[in-house]
Amino acid sequence: MGARKLALSDEILLSVEKPARYIGNEINMVKKDPAQVDVRFCMCFPDVYEIGMSHLGIQILYDMFNQWDDVYCERVYSPWVDLDQIMRKQHIPLFALETQEPIRNFDFLGITLQYEMCYTNILQVLDLSGIPLKAKERTMEDPFVIGGGPCSYNPEPIADFFDMFYIGEGETQYRRMMDEYKEWKKSGQDRVAFLKRAAQIPGIYVPMFYEASYNEDGTLADFQPIVQEAPKTVMKEVEMDMEHTYYPEKPLVPYIKVTQDRVVLEIQRGCIRGCRFCQAGVLYRPIRPRKLEFLKDRAIKMLESTGHEEITLSSLSSSDYKELPELVYWLIDECSKNGINIALPSLRIDAFSLDVMSKVQDVRKSSLTFAPEAGSQRMRNVINKGLTEENILNGAMDAFRGGWTRVKLYFMLGLPGETYDDIEEIAVLSDKIAREYYTIPKEERKGKVNIVTSTSIFVPKPFTPFQWARMNSREEALDKRNFLLGKVKSQLNAKSIKYNCHDADVSELEGVFARGDRRLNDVILQAYEDGCFYDAWTEYFKYDVWQKAFEDHGLTMDFYNDRERSEDELFPWDFIDCGVTKQFLLREYHRAKEAVVTPNCRQKCAGCGAARFGGGVCTEKREGGCV
Amino acid sequence: MKARIKFSKCGSMRFIGHLDVMRYFQKAFRRAHIPVSYSKGYSPHQILSFTSPLGIGLTSDAEYMDMELEECPEPEKMVDWINSQMNDEIRVKDFVLLPDEAKPSMAMLAGCDYLVALKPGKMSDFRDRPDMEQVLADFVAQPEILVTKKTKRSEKQVDIKPNIYYLSSKLEAFEEQTGQAYGALCLDTEEYQPVLYCQLTAGSVLNIKPELVMQALCRFVGTEYDPLDYQIHRLEMYGDENGKKGEIHLLHDEIPCQLVPLSSYHK
Repeated sequence: MGARKLALSDEILLSVEKPARYIGNEINMVKKDPAQVDVRFCMCFPDVYEIGMSHLGIQILYDMFNQWDDVYCERVYSPWVDLDQIMRKQHIPLFALETQEPIRNFDFLGITLQYEMCYTNILQVLDLSGIPLKAKERTMEDPFVIGGGPCSYNPEPIADFFDMFYIGEGETQYRRMMDEYKEWKKSGQDRVAFLKRAAQIPGIYVPMFYEASYNEDGTLADFQPIVQEAPKTVMKEVEMDMEHTYYPEKPLVPYIKVTQDRVVLEIQRGCIRGCRFCQAGVLYRPIRPRKLEFLKDRAIKMLESTGHEEITLSSLSSSDYKELPELVYWLIDECSKNGINIALPSLRIDAFSLDVMSKVQDVRKSSLTFAPEAGSQRMRNVINKGLTEENILNGAMDAFRGGWTRVKLYFMLGLPGETYDDIEEIAVLSDKIAREYYTIPKEERKGKVNIVTSTSIFVPKPFTPFQWARMNSREEALDKRNFLLGKVKSQLNAKSIKYNCHDADVSELEGVFARGDRRLNDVILQAYEDGCFYDAWTEYFKYDVWQKAFEDHGLTMDFYNDRERSEDELFPWDFIDCGVTKQFLLREYHRAKEAVVTPNCRQKCAGCGAARFGGGVCTEKREGGCV
Repeated sequence: MKARIKFSKCGSMRFIGHLDVMRYFQKAFRRAHIPVSYSKGYSPHQILSFTSPLGIGLTSDAEYMDMELEECPEPEKMVDWINSQMNDEIRVKDFVLLPDEAKPSMAMLAGCDYLVALKPGKMSDFRDRPDMEQVLADFVAQPEILVTKKTKRSEKQVDIKPNIYYLSSKLEAFEEQTGQAYGALCLDTEEYQPVLYCQLTAGSVLNIKPELVMQALCRFVGTEYDPLDYQIHRLEMYGDENGKKGEIHLLHDEIPCQLVPLSSYHK
């Protein structure tokens, strides 16, 4: 039995929860001889296995790297708290799942940054690997640590921990980076020499080559490169050819049940909607649909190669994919032959989506989802969410007539310019939907209606029109939550409405990190050293430890959240160019204040700047023409 | 149409729990285009059932699973088809079609064979012990073999002597006792040194785990039992030719059990 050697002993594996998190060997795992490759790349999602394995981006990059004969890409996730303790106590170095070899032996450690609350887990991964936490302290014995994903659009709060950030989509520049690395390795030069080469690759940001200075009030005074190889502005990378690019045919299939236990088909990248709170809607501009034939081909290949019993579609707004009906009806046909379920993404409620839903779901058990995001029409205009009350009520009524009785509603609290009247409208709208249901004659109804209203706390993000906005404090958020709870309870149909709400402490910190600066590196380091990690998991979130870390460094969370930023303030992320201009974002911020809606990209080009990429919706024929 | 497969499970796969092994098989059958029957409804699932789920950490050369098929035009090719979609640590060893009236093997299980081996690098009183056969003979010659069986509510003393059918430290001797030839094992017995082989009562009515035998044996020779020192490896599962549902016949009963490996048991 040529058994794979595992990094952890039987004793350890039998004493931790879900040992399958650490053994690798999943179906479609790539096996290569590490001695036969030039570059060893370890891809990391700094959260628990079940979350990390559900991430499409890593599956795409894993497949891409491993198509190259000279590279072997492996994976690592955050060990869960039980194993974390054991590894520290017994000095076991963190290892990659494929070869079970220590991460420190690798050439690169790539960390995807999907949400701010994973920042302490990055330090956990580095620490357990035995890699110095600060990039400046690393030696030739250490891998290059590279960050990517949405949070790398404001990398400053974690800049010290990374050698590089890759700003934008990974498909375009990694091949060049691998080639530069191989040349550098042959040259025998030092680490800085490689970083200088990397800094010249489009999309690559090397934080140690830049210096920040601050005004007396704490705002950024200046931010400049200090070596000539580093560009003043880093332009995001974007894959404009969505057909001739990487997309896995054989995604990994985990043994244990993970969050996304199904085939994921990314139908398009980007969004036309321009909701003013949404960062992804800006970062991934312009919208780039994949071709229908490409999607059909990949759907079949991935179902074949994984044996998954479910498939789902992924995009920021699937209803905006023009050929969606054709794709979905084709999928229903294909899948019904093979006993495969279709997990529908959230869709605009109309005749098409109701028809599809009734075909693939049990109407009695499934629910309708609306994301009005704000309760009043005025606020929905402020955030540029086109959905009207009429759309919602008509959609709900059609669904009720079709037999649905469950409705989920998603809102945000703390949006810029929000009043208590706007918040009350959330309760009123929830009630109106219930009232609508009870207009159906009793003998035609199927029992009681069931409405779940959820609120999250609005967090202003970089590269959105709200990047200047003030964020509500915890106290305000709690107050608004209680106010809304009271209003929900006083509605006629209060018994049919369930109100859920997101944690306010975590949101506050998320706000700080989202728009934070370099001074936060030491705060994060201290909080980690004082025991913070898995902050995204409420049960492990230690608010008091964070508070102390801010105090010890003479910083406050309020500086980052509790002020409207002036229009001429230099932001820590201004050196990044995401294609959408700051002027456009500011114009949108002004329109938000006047509660004026901006048409979506297909209706009329708003001149955001993304047209410079020369593709996607920007070159589609549309009613309004391009600016 | 009913069928039964026999498979091995070893290496890192011993850390995959039986529900996940079930999911693994479901996905493998889809990849291999095995026409497994589905239950009806909005979330149809394949009709499969394990005979006796293997605990996490254990390895096996004889796991069984019953399945329902839509059709099976070439039964002799099934093993290869399924194995084309298996990893190297879970391998199908046998496939048999069952008559329609065959009862689920889960209900018919009556006995199991196990190998208990010392894990690499572990020390034990049983390591390379020349008088091991004598020790085992003395052990089973006791008037009774009491062990503490823990249930969720209580602890009780039970005598497992009637449930130990055969016991040996040597493979050849054990094969002679049971009448089986186990062939090449998926457990590397160079690395994992065999301590004993045993045949025990198994099934839904009464199931004796080899850990209990080890616990009693360790007490008998006056040494401490640490479950982490030993690798338990299942060698075979049996149905009882004389058995009926809900009724157990032990080897030394008036009507003794007549054990037949589940791959050739079609009652």
